[in-house]
Amino acid sequence: MSFNNFIQNLLNGISIGSLYALIAVGYTMVYGILKLINFAHGDVFMMAVYFCFYAVTLFTVPWWLSVIIAVAGAALLGFLIDRVAYKPIRNAPRISALITAIGVSFFLESLAVVLFSGVAKSFRKVFPSFLGEMIIIGGEEQVKYGQNVIVGGTRIPVITIITIITTAAVLLILWRIVYHTKQGMAMRAVSMDIPTTSLMGVNVNNIIGMTFALGSALAGIGGILWAIRYPQLWPYMGFLPGIKAFIAAILGGIGSIFGAVVGGLILGVLEIMIVGFFPSLAGYKDAFAFLILIVVLSVKPSGLMGQKEIKKV
Amino acid sequence: MKKILIVLLICVVSISSFATIKLAALMPMTGSVAAFGRMIYNGIELANELFPTVNGEEIEVVLLDNKSDKVEAVNTARRAIEVENVVAILGEVISGNTIAGGAVAEESKVPMVSPSSTTPLVTQDKEYVSRVCFSDPFQGLAAAILAYEIMGLDNTAIFIDVEQDYAVGFANYFKQKAEDLGKNYFYEYYKSGDQDFTAQISDAIAKNAGAFFIPGYYQEIALIASQARQLGFYEPILAGDGAAVPETIEIGGDAVNNLYFTTHYDPGAPNTTENAKLFVEKYTEKFGEAPGTFTALGFDTYMVVRDAIERAGSSDPEMIAKAIRETVEFPGATGFITIDENGDAIKSVAIVKIEDGEFVYSTTVNP
Repeated sequence: MSFNNFIQNLLNGISIGSLYALIAVGYTMVYGILKLINFAHGDVFMMAVYFCFYAVTLFTVPWWLSVIIAVAGAALLGFLIDRVAYKPIRNAPRISALITAIGVSFFLESLAVVLFSGVAKSFRKVFPSFLGEMIIIGGEEQVKYGQNVIVGGTRIPVITIITIITTAAVLLILWRIVYHTKQGMAMRAVSMDIPTTSLMGVNVNNIIGMTFALGSALAGIGGILWAIRYPQLWPYMGFLPGIKAFIAAILGGIGSIFGAVVGGLILGVLEIMIVGFFPSLAGYKDAFAFLILIVVLSVKPSGLMGQKEIKKV
Repeated sequence: MKKILIVLLICVVSISSFATIKLAALMPMTGSVAAFGRMIYNGIELANELFPTVNGEEIEVVLLDNKSDKVEAVNTARRAIEVENVVAILGEVISGNTIAGGAVAEESKVPMVSPSSTTPLVTQDKEYVSRVCFSDPFQGLAAAILAYEIMGLDNTAIFIDVEQDYAVGFANYFKQKAEDLGKNYFYEYYKSGDQDFTAQISDAIAKNAGAFFIPGYYQEIALIASQARQLGFYEPILAGDGAAVPETIEIGGDAVNNLYFTTHYDPGAPNTTENAKLFVEKYTEKFGEAPGTFTALGFDTYMVVRDAIERAGSSDPEMIAKAIRETVEFPGATGFITIDENGDAIKSVAIVKIEDGEFVYSTTVNP
């Protein structure tokens, strides 16, 4: 691999990694509070992209407004999922909640097939075309097939830069919310001990609802950035990114927001680099993600940044 | 009273089912290759509207969605045979699914005719599974002739979808012809459902690929093409019949302009049969646009099965299966169809190019 190629791969990896990070943060926040793996998270991601798509194509709202609508829609959807599906079984064993989460995921996927049809739709032309442009560093100008083009060099898609900046900004806002507001303090308290927090006069259900809404909004932002990068939307598009983000959350230490970000970035870069260094293994790229999951679970189950649970006997 | 009603109801149901001939259409109507299923089913529906009867009996087509999934392909085949009691099956669509569902048809001795599965394995050692399209040894040859002889390219990067029997087989036949011609090639791999191909593309560019050949399905073809153009790959991109759906253009946008692909049929090619003219005319009337490759294949699948039932003079699945393999020079929408004793149709390959977001017929390669 040449140096140029390495930089190119690194940039691609960071870009896809920051998308994983955005989704993984939502997973990890919900887990931190409820000890629930919310498998419907990837489907909220998918729904947000459809909201955005239909806002632009059906209701012809400007693209920036469609982003706000989609993110708000995702937050509302996350909130509703908690109220309708998880709240009634809050005190049931954890396995019931896990199975409910899988059920919600299937429900949302099937609903999307019914509402939006199972055929892939194109996300092109929804957003202004500058997002698909490239910033080219280096390379030389040549004439190919009657066109002046630049061959070689390192290419950075505009969307990569936007993704990295957006992710950083959103996570900064999230950090402010969690560590510098009263609600954030309540969230952290709920994640430590639900009964005690509720004795302190905190409305636990509202705090949990807010956590779902926040996590889902992040998934919504991630979904839109994803769809700009890979301009194809279909009802099962949330499945794999959801699973990858889950792996990222485990890798970083589930329950830790900072860990989810680090896990997402590591997973994204590793995935691209594995293909970069061993092109013949590219077909098994996803298997490597699962291999990472297995290794982490067997070597350091608490993940990179996770805290060891201390059990008092 | 209630009992009499029930008995009456059963009589009515059994009489009505007696008067119809039931066929199943096993199609991916949702999932990753849904575009194929939808186009093919349009063709079947149109054929059913134009030719609704055979031997004086009504033909009923039951549509079952296999969700583009191999397990569902087996389930829908079982349901068609065991629950719906169909006499013949139209489908499955993609090769991997036809191999999976075809095993059920073979075991139950019910004929299955695939509109579009091109992998040789689909009909290999099968008595009941046939197809109305060419198979990949020939398509691979045609694609290699297109790349190396017609376009004069060399050092092709072949992108293989490791999960699809179709892609692996098709790539292999392309490779064989490339070796015969003494030309260079190398492989890059991916898997159905992948979204990011930047690492493979960067690698192919670093290896100075003279062209990309993507023997896969449209979702990935469109994404590979657009990411390749973004990463500064300006050489030609080629594909197979997996690209012959409008979604390739919708998802690929400008990046798929100048993409060449081998396919079964194009409405721009000269019409050879009466049915071809009828098909184009009626389809355009009904949908207000020119028909696509897969719609024509769906139409032909129905027509070939109907013709076999007519010649068999019976709705016995075994006799229909035998009649299907005796199809000679049947005038279909995609040309004259002859099905040989292996269940394969011998047909020419059309080469189509995408220009300014439109499919443009380029030339035909004959066997």
